[in-house]
Amino acid sequence: MNLTLKIWRQKNAASPGCLETHEARDVSPDMSFLEMLDMVNERLVAGGQEPFVFDSDCREGICGTCSLVINGVPHGSRKGTTVCQLHMRHFQDGQTITVEPWRARAFPIVKDLIVDRAAFDRIMLAGGFISVNTGNAPEANALPVSKEIADLAMDAAACIGCGACVAVCKNASAMLFVAAKVSHLNYLPQGQAEKDRRVKNMVLQMDQEGFGNCTVTGSCEAVCPKEISLDFIAKMNRDYAVAVVKGELKKSAAGGTG
Amino acid sequence: MRIYPAVHYTMGGTWVDYGLMSTLPGLFIIGEANFSDHGANRLGASGLMQGLADGYFILPYTIGHYFASTKPEKIPVGHAEFKKAEEGVRQFTRRLLSINGKRSATSFHKELGRLMWENCGMARTRQSLETNLKRIPELREEFWKNVKVTGSGEELNQNLEHAGRVADFLEFAELLCLDALHREESCGGHFRVEHQTEDGEAKRDDANFAYVAAWEFKGPDKKPELHKEPLVYEEVHLATRSYK
Ligand code: FES
Repeated sequence: MNLTLKIWRQKNAASPGCLETHEARDVSPDMSFLEMLDMVNERLVAGGQEPFVFDSDCREGICGTCSLVINGVPHGSRKGTTVCQLHMRHFQDGQTITVEPWRARAFPIVKDLIVDRAAFDRIMLAGGFISVNTGNAPEANALPVSKEIADLAMDAAACIGCGACVAVCKNASAMLFVAAKVSHLNYLPQGQAEKDRRVKNMVLQMDQEGFGNCTVTGSCEAVCPKEISLDFIAKMNRDYAVAVVKGELKKSAAGGTG
Repeated sequence: MRIYPAVHYTMGGTWVDYGLMSTLPGLFIIGEANFSDHGANRLGASGLMQGLADGYFILPYTIGHYFASTKPEKIPVGHAEFKKAEEGVRQFTRRLLSINGKRSATSFHKELGRLMWENCGMARTRQSLETNLKRIPELREEFWKNVKVTGSGEELNQNLEHAGRVADFLEFAELLCLDALHREESCGGHFRVEHQTEDGEAKRDDANFAYVAAWEFKGPDKKPELHKEPLVYEEVHLATRSYK
């Protein structure tokens, strides 16, 4: 197949970008979208031009690194699919395809199609962990987890942190990502010790990073390659409200080093 | 999901000691990246097992011990070794960018990949390995004369990054072939066609090859040095596993 691509070209965060038109010839319908871009890049290099930079790692839909907006939709319009798992057979010969980076203030563009998603890492640092003692592996039966809870936590843990939810949201809100990460740990017995602190700190960090508010449009759920449910946002809001009502732990009079 | 033999199933990894520390003090290597639990064969979830075993049982003690017994000093960037490493990277980058040849890094990568797949795959022969040991240095030489890397070294440049990786692969692939040629037996993922039983099973040579081959890198275009680490079994004894 032959395609016309309009691809975003931008030298760095400081300079303005624009769409560049390139022809992609002899594309096999069996190629993935990224393989097609590899081919376009290969031809650019052969002609002495700079290839487009774009992010990818596993190309198996499990790492969350790939991040392209295709014809206006993050990861393209196939439901529950990352762009690395999107194949050219879902496009038509002669079609014009627009390829853009994630767009959100909290995700500054590094170059061309790559954005800096370190804001997500900082949100994780604020509470996306549990504290356990290392040493011996814990006894497997010491912490029973019911099937219902295990399933819910697993559904939340399916989030690969790609940021498509932010890219599609008209408010550039990161609520679906943060909700998935908070819920995953807040559901499980291992996550109870830090439950309240976790939700407060992660939400605080999310706000500080400049992500927008959630107006429950649901576009995030629609584009999420892992089909994370909006229900987790409700769960996070509930956990957040409870944590706020409970308030801060009283500091011990004896003081402590924290 | 399709399951098929792939490079992933290559055995071996970076050398580490029993505490999982590499030859660089303070650099611990765990999971599949180290060589320690790679035997002849490690297919089927061994990666997960090793990540868990290293993380749960070994590192909590060895890293803790390292921190408790060493006082890491602040290393200033003005340190002579740092300057040397920095200059090395600069030169490497400049060299790659200045060749301005006719072939992309990807095309070298693909050619090397094909050579490895055909001649150093699941089944290898003396002849196929010797072919590679001749072809790889030639390809490496061509790479350093004819690779084309676009852009500059001043900003994000995936093309440059890839070329650097391919330069590494061109050295490492040769070592893989050298090791496979050296090991005159068949053993798990290393099937030397010359060494097989009558019904086509891998034929080991425990008398001569019951050791781990730790190859010491001596620099590009120099012969690596072989250190043998004998495999000593006290409780479980060497046996032949049959999949039939
Ligand atoms: S590259 Fe890993 S999910 Fe797409």
